[in-house]
Amino acid sequence: MSTVILLALTGLGLAALYFLVASGLSLVFGLADVLNFAHGLFLGVGAYATWWASGNLPGAGPDGFGFVLAVAFGVAAGVLVAVLVELVLIRPLYSRTIEQVLVTVGLSLAGVALLQATWGADARPFPRPGWTRQVTGILGANVPNAGLLLIVAAAVVLGALLAFLRWTRYGLVIRAGVENREMVTALGIDVRRAFTLVFAIGGAAAALAGALGGVYFGTVSPGQGGSLLIFAFIVVVIGGMGSVVGSAYAAVAVGLLQQFVNYYGPSGLGDVCVVALLAVVLLLRPQGFAGKVATA
Amino acid sequence: MDPVLTVEDLSVRIAGLHILQGVSFTVAPTGVTVLLGRNGVGKTTTLRAIVGLTPRNGEASGSIRMAGGDLLGRPTHRLVRGGLGYVPEDRDVFAGLTVAENLRLAERRGSVPAYDKVFALFPELDRRGRQRAGSLSGGQQQMLAIGRVLLNDNRLLLVDEPTKGLAPKVVTEVAEVLERVAESVPVLLVEQNLAVVRRLARDAVVLAAGRVAWAGSATELLAEAELTRSLLGVGSGDHHGTPATAGPRKDES
Amino acid sequence: MTGSMVEAPPAHVPDELTPGRSRWPGLRPYLPLVALAVAAIVPYSTVNLPGIFEGPLNSPGTLQLLAVCLVFGGLAAGYDLLFGRTGMLSFGHALYFAAGVYGTDILVTRAGLPLWQAALLTITGGTVLAALLGAVALRTVGIAFAMVTLAFAQVGAILVARDFGGLTGGEEGLPLDVSGLPAALVGVTNTVNLYWLALAYLAVVVFVVHRVSGSPTGRVLAGLRDDERRIGVLGLDPYLFKLLAFTLAGGLAAAAGVVYCLIVGGASPHVTSSELTLSLLVMVVLGGPGTRWGPVLGGILYMYLDHRLTAFGSSETVDALPAVLSRPLSQPLFVLGTVFILAVYFFPGGLAGLRTRLAPLTRTLSRRPDRRS
Repeated sequence: MSTVILLALTGLGLAALYFLVASGLSLVFGLADVLNFAHGLFLGVGAYATWWASGNLPGAGPDGFGFVLAVAFGVAAGVLVAVLVELVLIRPLYSRTIEQVLVTVGLSLAGVALLQATWGADARPFPRPGWTRQVTGILGANVPNAGLLLIVAAAVVLGALLAFLRWTRYGLVIRAGVENREMVTALGIDVRRAFTLVFAIGGAAAALAGALGGVYFGTVSPGQGGSLLIFAFIVVVIGGMGSVVGSAYAAVAVGLLQQFVNYYGPSGLGDVCVVALLAVVLLLRPQGFAGKVATA
Repeated sequence: MDPVLTVEDLSVRIAGLHILQGVSFTVAPTGVTVLLGRNGVGKTTTLRAIVGLTPRNGEASGSIRMAGGDLLGRPTHRLVRGGLGYVPEDRDVFAGLTVAENLRLAERRGSVPAYDKVFALFPELDRRGRQRAGSLSGGQQQMLAIGRVLLNDNRLLLVDEPTKGLAPKVVTEVAEVLERVAESVPVLLVEQNLAVVRRLARDAVVLAAGRVAWAGSATELLAEAELTRSLLGVGSGDHHGTPATAGPRKDES
Repeated sequence: MTGSMVEAPPAHVPDELTPGRSRWPGLRPYLPLVALAVAAIVPYSTVNLPGIFEGPLNSPGTLQLLAVCLVFGGLAAGYDLLFGRTGMLSFGHALYFAAGVYGTDILVTRAGLPLWQAALLTITGGTVLAALLGAVALRTVGIAFAMVTLAFAQVGAILVARDFGGLTGGEEGLPLDVSGLPAALVGVTNTVNLYWLALAYLAVVVFVVHRVSGSPTGRVLAGLRDDERRIGVLGLDPYLFKLLAFTLAGGLAAAAGVVYCLIVGGASPHVTSSELTLSLLVMVVLGGPGTRWGPVLGGILYMYLDHRLTAFGSSETVDALPAVLSRPLSQPLFVLGTVFILAVYFFPGGLAGLRTRLAPLTRTLSRRPDRRS
């Protein structure tokens, strides 16, 4: 029993990480039609900025309030990079979908290489508060605190995102824009401002994933974003493009499936099952659990 | 009186297809001007070009002037804020949003939304505020699409096939509403239902083969069955089958 | 929206079919053969090109680099069958290449099959794999198709990395057991034969792609790229044509894998990575999608730069620069990624498009002698 609980909670921790990456991807794709391969870069920037801040930023450190400050710095760096990418690289190619994908592909290659050039290709130990290395006993299972931290963070982000989308003017514009972008502009709204905003939100969530993923794995390396990104893509497609709630459900499904199958079956089978799930969902319901039909 | 909108030599190519080839016409500053023509002749393309929605793989050239300024090439949201109200074909309400949210989206900073005017025209929208727009009937969706445009002041309304696919009774309702709206703001209307055209339109512009084939008084056009048939390919009873429904109402009112 | 009265668009004439302005117009059709002949006799040259290659042209190191470049030229041309000619954005092409590399390696090294049997089985297997996965993936279109192909390729990467059944050697890779191979393909002195093999592969791919794109099928593919609905209106099934292109490109990629496996003498997990597919995309876009020579040049140039920039990055010139510059410059992917982004903005037609972009310039330059005569 305790194994099942442990697997469920670590699976949820993984799901939380996927959700943090996928929610931004999903909003960016849903609203702006941009398949953002550079999203993994935002994650890397968040992770390295947090790592850098805890060693160099006055007041920041690996513990207590200093850790919060370091993570905040990492998130701010992620937002900054995401906004710059949108304004400088994506916006001039507005509604030229393929070119936008190509630019984000180039950016993901160049950006990861730049991280590697600056901090080396090898994984570096990540500064983390002592309590995140410990475990908490839940119903007989010893669950790593870092995983619980991820779950709590993802739940908070989910709640905040839903509240933002539900109650604010920009949230309304984003929800409407995911449905029919053209009609939003035909009501006199400059929808491109909302693009910048979803990039900023996506950058923040991905950077947070980078920082907390660093805590979870204990290390940070330039390529970390890339492998997470592929599963985040899968989560986005299964959940339905543009749907935050869909991303959350899909992330939980993928995280749990992966964790349980990898434990009870041969290692790696869980990852294969996730792809099989993707194929089944696409064949039965091309628009995912929720959200608009995933066409170009 | 000067026209509210002047279109001159408007050409639109989309994906290599020359859809409009030098269209010129004007829209009078009051009343309804109707844009007619067979299916696929480019009526919707004309409206979309006016409101700046020519697709990315297309290009529009010529000139479209309103109050002295050229509209061509300006972004849609600016044009709309400048007083161009657009009610698209197939209504395009946001199905996942509530009726109230659909209306709230059309609110603009710096101007007071005319909810009293809209709810006076469409009391239904007030009652169904919390319902999802996707669950409204076709007629109600059309009311919402018109209502959200009327929240703000407009200098010209572009309305694309507002009665398409609606039940005969609803067609009449929509026509009534447009008639009242047109009392205060000029309308450029695309409409296939000749009974509705007869009831609303004062001026008519007929497109054929990418050009303006005929322009003048709507009554004159419809009075000559032969002319109507040759330009529109209708009039012999082969159209939607609804012409009779809105007609008698005119006599009653 | 488009009515029957609208004129049909002018048929698009591919670049390569319009006669170019050449001083020897009769020679133009033979230029590819000339290039092939020149490439074939390269190994007989002892010319030293300092700065461009490390050794003379016929040294094994240079020939191996050139062979890898040629294979990727062919691989990129095959990928362009999907991207440039049919408009399909596949992010999983590495899978079929990797199937070729690992298939050959496993069948030769683990199963002990003779090379020709291994190669035949691998190419057949790669083609069938592409047909099966393509049949599923092509149920989706556009961005969803991109993601599904990406996910399928990820399964390949996982299978290789986790080393199921101890077949792939996991992270370490699997060196090719050369004892059963024909002697002509083994050993440093025989690198030249691998070079010719790579050249032959490239020639075959260019020929196949050229024939396909000139055929009625190729015109349907181009139609799919421009507007899929129009093909549907003609009563043709877009699905079948796309599946055909996907399968053919998959088979060509598997064949590239066979040749590559022989050239580098084994398999390593990086051939399964999504990064490899992304670089294929970079090659095609840099070269010029939908053109006959663009992707080939793009592939050759990319692999050459990828290799040489590593050497360039560790050279003294770069080391002498301040760290802010020298560190990023020592990362080939940083340089190539940046060049790629710039190319998307400023040279949308890639290298092949440069000719048309420079056409006004060359015209003014060539006008002067005309006037004199």
